[in-house]
Amino acid sequence: MQSSSEDQSQKYLLQGNEAIVEGALAAGCRFFAGYPITPSSEIAEIMSRKLPTLGGTFIQMEDEIASMGAIVGASLAGAKSLTATSGPGFSLMQENLGYASMTEVPLVVVNVMRGGPSTGLPTSPSQADVMQARWGTHGDHAIIVLAVSSVADSYEITIQAFNLAEKYRTPVILLSDEIVGHTREVISLPPDQPVPIFNRIKPSVPPEWYLPYEDNSRGVPPMADIGSGYRHHVTGLMHDAKGFPNFSPGVTGGFLKRQYRKLANGADEIQMTKQFMLDDAEVAIITYGCVSRSAIRAVRMAREQGIKAGFLQLVTLWPFPKKAVDAVCRRCRAVLVPEMNMGQMVREVRAVNQNATLEQLNRFDGGFITPAILFRKLMSL
Amino acid sequence: MVEHAAKVRHDFLRHDMNFPHVWCPGCGLGIVLGSLIRATSSLNIPQDDLVLASGIGCTGRMSAYVDFNTLHTTHGRALTFATGIKLAKPNLTVMTVMGDGDATAIGGNHFIHAARRNLNITAIIVNNMIYGMTGGQYSPTTPYGSKATTAPYGHVEQAFSIAELAVAAGASYVARGTVHHVPQLDGLIKGGIQKKGFSVIEIMSNCHTYYGRQNGLSDPVEYQKYFKKNAVSVKKAAEMSAAEMEGKFSIGVLADIEQPAYVEEYQHIRDNACKEMAEKGEKKGGDCAQERRDEM
Ligand SMILES: Cc1ncc(C[n+]2csc(CCOP(=O)(O)OP(=O)(O)O)c2C)c(N)n1
Ligand code: SF4
Repeated sequence: MQSSSEDQSQKYLLQGNEAIVEGALAAGCRFFAGYPITPSSEIAEIMSRKLPTLGGTFIQMEDEIASMGAIVGASLAGAKSLTATSGPGFSLMQENLGYASMTEVPLVVVNVMRGGPSTGLPTSPSQADVMQARWGTHGDHAIIVLAVSSVADSYEITIQAFNLAEKYRTPVILLSDEIVGHTREVISLPPDQPVPIFNRIKPSVPPEWYLPYEDNSRGVPPMADIGSGYRHHVTGLMHDAKGFPNFSPGVTGGFLKRQYRKLANGADEIQMTKQFMLDDAEVAIITYGCVSRSAIRAVRMAREQGIKAGFLQLVTLWPFPKKAVDAVCRRCRAVLVPEMNMGQMVREVRAVNQNATLEQLNRFDGGFITPAILFRKLMSL
Repeated sequence: MVEHAAKVRHDFLRHDMNFPHVWCPGCGLGIVLGSLIRATSSLNIPQDDLVLASGIGCTGRMSAYVDFNTLHTTHGRALTFATGIKLAKPNLTVMTVMGDGDATAIGGNHFIHAARRNLNITAIIVNNMIYGMTGGQYSPTTPYGSKATTAPYGHVEQAFSIAELAVAAGASYVARGTVHHVPQLDGLIKGGIQKKGFSVIEIMSNCHTYYGRQNGLSDPVEYQKYFKKNAVSVKKAAEMSAAEMEGKFSIGVLADIEQPAYVEEYQHIRDNACKEMAEKGEKKGGDCAQERRDEM
């Protein structure tokens, strides 16, 4: 482990999208391929300016399918890699995202969410891609999805995204949205508590013994960079421990079980949440992304009125943080799940605890769920 | 003493892949594989530095058989993965192998842009004028009037000429060969790998199983005669009229030009970015201590 802190911390006024770039570079990202789309384009623009000064590489590809293919290739060759997009582009990335999942390639995909479907609302925020982030590519697969709520989050969670990708050999999707992406806030860089950086584990055996997809106690096989002497085959077909196509039921079942197991093994570390005034809470808000900001404010307003309100922020959306959600559902007499979509994550909350009194609050007209809206709802619970 | 051809097969084909291969007996893909390993082995590049990325199709299966760093990617996208690999590690010799549908239908956009960008990659395109793996549907190179399982009444679209398309899109080296003219093919592939910049080698090959059966060429030997009869050298083709070229195609090197390749160009970007930063006295964003130089 090395530390991301190098010199004296300074204060910067950054946009959420800029903070994602800073986080990615601090995490060691040295390759970016992308295709412009509002509201994510600043990420590509800043990367094109900064990466060449760090010995890294930026390329604007012909579309998002190509961008995704390029970052898989670069990561296989050893470069920590990122792409950034929004709704329509995220849809195009699904095919090669599935390839990254099948071949267990660490990388980070940022989706700065905007209203959909289709071209939808290019400049309005939304949280309607949370299910697509989980299930957008076809077939059973394991995936990590994180959501950021502020500029400070955008920096730190981006580093976490790279760390988890590297540690678990998996693609990680980082969801931001038009509001967080374009809001400017002051943050200290490097932060007061620097986030440690994790790099993928390389094979420790000689090349002729190396099995790129061999199971072990963690379920995460060591990963050799292309060109490092460990010649092997990478395929999107179902494959055996050597990486060669194999469709036998034993190999297929074993592969998928290992994919799920490796993330289950790391659940404590992967399933990140943040708690706010939950210790004595009787009513709680559970949400994620930009709505978190309103939730904190609404909880404060409710407390001023003598209501014991609290808030659970889901930093990790997938694998869904069941334990933390269940604990809140058990403790509180009512739980409010506000989302800027027609009700997506609320289904998961309901599945975790069927006895909880759940209220959903949805806004899907391109507008923001303000503190006042949440406060009114809290007071009525 | 081990004869040379056996040594090439021993060293360049994987021992742990199941042979015989997945291809139909008599398929031209075996000849392409032979040419590929002879061409690469003659260049004395360490196998650890060779990368072959393929797409999806009968052609796409080729990557699994060679003992390089290999990728079997998604349909049409081999060049995008190859782009990432080459940019991350420019010292590697990166090649792709794709079918005609793979490279010019679903992957057509990636193909023309890879040529335009002139990144140092060698793209081998096996043109059997049909979709082999999925059972004989028409592809962008299926000739007008041919039959296909999705053109039971005859095909009414005009075919792409892949090599000419690559020339127009800006590739540095473009050649066409056939699975009948094998010594020439070895040389064309070798020429492509040696070329700095984007190279395309279009290889006319037989899918007697699907194109052939539907179009009176079901025998691979007849197919060889077809290639022999209809291939005309690039030089001779230049002197022939369009009417004389009807049903024929040129073979040889169509383009071989010197132009800046992407890896060098990107190094200029790094140099300029660092210079600009030094002039402005900026520190943040790295110290620009020439963290990496790509010289190709
Ligand atoms: C996205 C996607 N669409 C369709 C397919 C199905 N498919 C597999 S191979 C192929 C065409 C193969 O033809 P070609 O590229 O000419 O290669 P050949 O098999 O003739 O070598 C198709 C359509 C796929 N694998 N992926
Ligand atoms: S279907 Fe055609 S291209 Fe595929 S292996 Fe058979 S002959 Fe070759």
